[in-house]
Parts: sequence; structure tokens; C-alpha cells
Amino acid sequence: MFQLLKMVSGLINANPIVYEKKERRIRSASDYADEDIKDPEHPYSLEELKVITEDAIEVDDEHSHVRVTFTPTVEHCSMATVIGLCLRVKLMRSLPSRYKNLMSETCLSDKVDIRVAPGTHATEAAVNKQLDDKERVAAALENPNLVDMVDECLAPTYG
Amino acid sequence: MEFCEDGNYELREIQRLEGHTDRVWSLAWNPTTGVDGVPPILASCSGDKTVRIWEQSGPSRSWHCKAILEETHTRTVRSCAWSPCGKFLATASFDATTAIWENVGGDYECVSTLEGHENEVKSVSWNACGTMLATCSRDKSVWIWEVMPGNEFECVTVLQGHTQDVKMVQWHPTMDILFSCSYDNTIKVWWSDDAESENWCCCQTIGESNNGHSSTVWALSFNAEGDKMVSCSDDLTLKIWDANILRMESGDGYAPWSHICTLSGYHDRTIFSVHWSREGIIASGAADDAIRLFVESKDGSIDGPSYKMLLKKEKAHDMDVNSVQWSPVDHRLLASASDDGTIKIWELASTSTEKME
Repeated sequence: MFQLLKMVSGLINANPIVYEKKERRIRSASDYADEDIKDPEHPYSLEELKVITEDAIEVDDEHSHVRVTFTPTVEHCSMATVIGLCLRVKLMRSLPSRYKNLMSETCLSDKVDIRVAPGTHATEAAVNKQLDDKERVAAALENPNLVDMVDECLAPTYG
Repeated sequence: MEFCEDGNYELREIQRLEGHTDRVWSLAWNPTTGVDGVPPILASCSGDKTVRIWEQSGPSRSWHCKAILEETHTRTVRSCAWSPCGKFLATASFDATTAIWENVGGDYECVSTLEGHENEVKSVSWNACGTMLATCSRDKSVWIWEVMPGNEFECVTVLQGHTQDVKMVQWHPTMDILFSCSYDNTIKVWWSDDAESENWCCCQTIGESNNGHSSTVWALSFNAEGDKMVSCSDDLTLKIWDANILRMESGDGYAPWSHICTLSGYHDRTIFSVHWSREGIIASGAADDAIRLFVESKDGSIDGPSYKMLLKKEKAHDMDVNSVQWSPVDHRLLASASDDGTIKIWELASTSTEKME
């Protein structure tokens, strides 16, 4: 399933470029996606690594549709599916539930598409297909190791 | 009921069944109920790790949850299927097992657990006479099990061939031919040419190069005669296939399935479920929260049969529709299951009643 299970021993990108974190005053819908998600390998947030930028998040409130495009730091990043999973879980936990009967955080009332930015990953189509398959996402979120890893990335307490 | 192609139809919501606490993945009508005074029974399975048994009974003829099958599967229950005799329910789970439940006077007992798959079991199907069971998994394999006396199940063969996650297995409605569809975008047809049914092999692979799907194939279903098949996919299309089943039934060897037509332009998100009613109506359920019905168009195209949309039920559910299943007995009844945690029972009704004969 998600390649992350294999747990890479060394860092894939040992020296990432770290960008300044953007100041935010007003919380917009797009803030929910990228705010404070830690990179699986680095003590930086996805925003600081420019994996996610505000421009890469399109929100269509009328159709309850969210599209997130992320850019892995290197094109062979084996963490790409994990980053995508983190983004989805973050959205699941943050997006306002439009329906009272939404009882599980594995189901989203909004239509969310999470994609690797075109041309930024060696196996772009394969990564996108995995992130798009809700059955595989559901199965991944029942895997305790993977959930721990996602939770760690989403933990608010990081440097 | 004679089905009139030109009538105006609607799907009327009869009842919404609530109780599951996570998405409902799959549904199965008990084929032996709903006739001779036996109340109709429907099984549903969910991400909440349980299976629920629903019965339509009482003076109000409303649906109630009669039983909850729990504490057996430890993860999502992805699919369920009744044996043709209606006495057993098979349930496939992400916990890598398939459970067999026996109905003993209204109580359901887990009488067997089928182990062997390496990881998530995605689908389970009984053959037409109830002597065999097939399962498939993310481990890319399809297993055929023989039903032995005393609730024993023996693995007959492990079929390898898919290169990815196998999403669904489905037996042909009259013959012992097994179909599987996969994340590898193909449908594979498995068959055994000896009477002992021991030499199972893949006799056909339907892929993009032979008019097949260009993304994950989620489900397939057969018409009542078994000479046509419909498949649905993440490529947003439905495809219709046919084969010379008379040749196969008369023992003249395998007859391949060929593409009749592709229904595209109707869905704009993944189609998860398709089911062909005994009356010839194809229902589809998709990630756009809608249910669509299609029928063969009698316009007499020279290119062979064509299909048209009979109706689209927008917002059939609040979220993705994961399963649509026609009642095997009352042909107007359709059940649907959704990520919104509910099941809905629908009646296909005419908006101009004089056209319904």
C-alpha cells in the first residue's frame, strides 16, 4: 500500500530549501489544508518546504469541491503518498461538516481531490491514483503504523 | 410489470435506514425472501466493522434492523453476499478474512472463517448453485473455495494474474465462470475446462487495448439471461459486453466477451457500483452522490444495441453512493448505500401511472 510502510531509513532529501512561513491574519478555507502539517522527514512544515502553497489550493464552496496540488521536494520522494494522506486527513478533521450525519472522519462530505503538481514526481500518475482511491485510503487509515505517522505529522507541537 | 421504455419514471425514496456509524460499503438482498409471505431481508456492511440485517415487516411494512453482526471482523467489512439458498451470508473484510454466517432461526452465527489472503479482502461471491465461493484481495490474488459438508471451506485454487489490487469478484449467473476486476484497469475471466473444475485459468483479459477501461474497474454485473455484462470504472464510463453463452452452455468451449458500447459523458466522478435488474434496467452509483438508470434503446441502431439514460437522481445521498442493488424479487425496488452512513430503499415509479402496466 502506501510506500511509507517500508519506512525509509535515511532522508530522501537531506538538505531541503526552507522558505519563510507566511503570516496569516484571516482564516480562509484554504488555510485548513496546509496549516501546520509537518513534513514526514523534516522538522519543518509543508508550507515552509513549499510542498504546499496557498495558490495550490482551490476551493469551490458552491460545489463543495476542494482541489489541493502539492509539490514534493524531490521527484523521487517516496513520502509523496504519505504527504497526500496527511493533507486528506487534515482536511477531514478541519473542514466544516456540512451534514449532521457525518459521523466518521474517514468520510468527507466535500469532494476533495489531492494531486501531485504536474511534472514534479517520477511516478506522478501512480501517486495520484493511490490518493484518489478512497478504498485504499480507508484501508490505510485503519493501519495503526500509518495513522501514527500521519498523527505525528499533524501534531501541533513541533519546532 | 411490463417496462415501458418511453414512460416517465422517477425514483421515489421509500425509506432511509439509519444505524451504521461509518460509511456503508455494500448491500445484498436475500434472494429467497420477499416471496411466499417471507418478509424481504437486506444485509449491509460498513466501515464501522459491522454487518446489519434489515427486514421489512409489521403492519406498516417498514424496514427495521433485525440483527447486528459484530465482534467478528476487526476492520471494515467491505462486501457481503448471500448464498443462493439464502441461509448463509459471506462477509469480506479488510482484516484479511471472510466470515460465513448461518441464519439459525433469525440469529446469525459465524460458522466459519476463511483465512489465507495476505491483506484486505475486497469482495466475495457465491456461484449460481452455491457450491463454490470466490474472494479477492489487495494481495492481487483471487481464491476459489469449495463448500464442503459441515461448514468447511476448502481452497481449490489461488489465481494469480492481476498486477494490482483486485476490487471485485463475480460469478456468472448461470455458468461456473468467474470474473474479477481490478485497480490494474482490467477485467479477467477465469474458467476451468474440465468437469472436476480443477484446472482454473485466465481465459480472457479485457484491458484498454481491447476496448476496456482506462482506470480502476470497480464493479460488474450481468443481465438476467447472462449473455450481457456491464462494468463501471474510475474512468467515468460504463461498458457493455456480450458473449455467445449458448456455445459455452453447450460445451463447445470458451466464447470470449466482446465490447458492445461505452456509456460516457454521464458521470463526472468515479462510478463505484453497477447493477443490472432482471427487467433490464442498469443502475449506477457514483462519487457524485447520484444514481442513474440506463436502458437499452430500441431505436434499432445498425451498430447493434445502444443504451440511453432513463433517469438521473441527483443528490440521492449526501455523499458518495457506494452500492446500488435491485431487489431480486420486487423488480421496482432498488437499495443504495452511501458514505453518509445510510441505506435508502427506492421505488421506481411512473410519473404517468397509466403507462405502468
